[in-house]
Amino acid sequence: MTLIEGHKAFTPAKGIPVWDVDPYDEAILADPEPYYAKLRELGPVVYIPRYSVLAVGQYESTRQVFTDHETFVSSRGVGLEDFALGTPWRPPSIILEVDQPDHTKTRRVMARALSPLVVKNLAAMFRETAETIVDDLLTQRSFEAVTGLAERFPVSVFPRAVGMHDVHHRHLVDYGSCVFNAMGPDNALRRQALERNAIIGPWILAACARDRLTEDGLGAMIYANADEGTITEAEAAMLVRSFLSAGVDTTVTGIGNALWCFATNPAEWDRLRADPKLVRPAIEETLRYTSPVHTFGRTAGCDTEIAGFKVEEGSKVIGVLGAANGDPTKWGDPETFNIERRPLGHMAFGAGIHGCVGQNIARGEMEALLSVMAEKVARIELVGDAAWRPNNAIHALDKMQIKLIAA
Amino acid sequence: MAKVTFVTHEGARKTVEAAEGDSVMATAIANGLDEVIGECGGSMMCATCHCYVDDAWADRTGAQNDGEGDMLECAASEVKPTSRLSCQIALSPDLDGLVVHLPEAQI
Repeated sequence: MTLIEGHKAFTPAKGIPVWDVDPYDEAILADPEPYYAKLRELGPVVYIPRYSVLAVGQYESTRQVFTDHETFVSSRGVGLEDFALGTPWRPPSIILEVDQPDHTKTRRVMARALSPLVVKNLAAMFRETAETIVDDLLTQRSFEAVTGLAERFPVSVFPRAVGMHDVHHRHLVDYGSCVFNAMGPDNALRRQALERNAIIGPWILAACARDRLTEDGLGAMIYANADEGTITEAEAAMLVRSFLSAGVDTTVTGIGNALWCFATNPAEWDRLRADPKLVRPAIEETLRYTSPVHTFGRTAGCDTEIAGFKVEEGSKVIGVLGAANGDPTKWGDPETFNIERRPLGHMAFGAGIHGCVGQNIARGEMEALLSVMAEKVARIELVGDAAWRPNNAIHALDKMQIKLIAA
Repeated sequence: MAKVTFVTHEGARKTVEAAEGDSVMATAIANGLDEVIGECGGSMMCATCHCYVDDAWADRTGAQNDGEGDMLECAASEVKPTSRLSCQIALSPDLDGLVVHLPEAQI
């Protein structure tokens, strides 16, 4: 068997369009819209020979792959490596990279720790922190908003919610970034991520230990399941690690992207300020419009079909969530940022049983910050151009200088 | 394919036609019923598509899925034995005529 990027190389079924593109080219990652558009235009499923993968980017086909977890499995890795054929770069996640029935147990433990009620109880802390940070930023003429706000807010509230004694701003943000870069091919981004992870990984593991956590945080809730015997002590540590891989850099990206959306669409900011109840739909539209997680993989667990085309067992399929979230067939005018759209069914959190388990807390953090800003900030202005940071799975800003005009 | 009747907390009835394979939640949203929010899009993460299955239909819609009860504990309105997350009820011709009641509030 020939392997490409750690998975089986295959010849696509007749009729599937072939496109010689590198979706992980840094220029495409920084400005993905033309790639998304051509992928959708070529068809519901496209073969990319360079990596021998199928790519789905139309809304319907992407949704089909993500909601059919029995056919398109996660246990063989959600990046380009096929865990059935080689050793993964890190011990696989026991919630992300696993199928039913094992998934059901860990998902339930995490879903309870991240439930709407839990997040409701964190809302006051999120809000107070947001007020302090926004008041501080309003005293500055202008500031770099990726580190100064998009990172600063989650790094202030999330480790506290988890109950971590150890907080290291850079490690916490960069760990998620490394994990997501590792989902791509063996390119410079991935190699740098693995090098960096050799330093950060051990720090993260140590910070997830039971004795490095308070007794009243989300981390302790996970370890309580080990005490009850639902999961083992080692599994509890793995799930706390999942908080950090999936819960920091992603939210940082969501917040940064929201600031960019409102800075470049000031009329939508005015609408939000006029009707603060729009904050929840505004968050959904930000997620749809910018797709913080742009690509996620699956593996065909058996011979199957996508949109009527035959797909052989072992084929890697990449779901281009950013393309699905911009599909005009589904959204009508996807290129318009409209906070009243209410884009139900957007794919920014994935879909189906593997849909983001932390989505409530992500929304809770974004809601607290945007609500406080809507009260205190009349305008968000860009100073110069924003720069995007290429990542194999995340569409995030690298640098964005902004100015806040007080209300 | 299947007709579904939604009865709001105030007693208003609305009967709509569902698309094959859609959930009760997706059907409600597609037909503009504001009493269903469905914020998480059907990943069983948010409890904002809570409904009460009419007693006459409770057997046919089946039991709650794994983890559904955990999420219902977070629902804004009273949870009853017939409570379901409407995103977890997939419509099929067998459920033609289904009646579901909507709670007073979802958030």
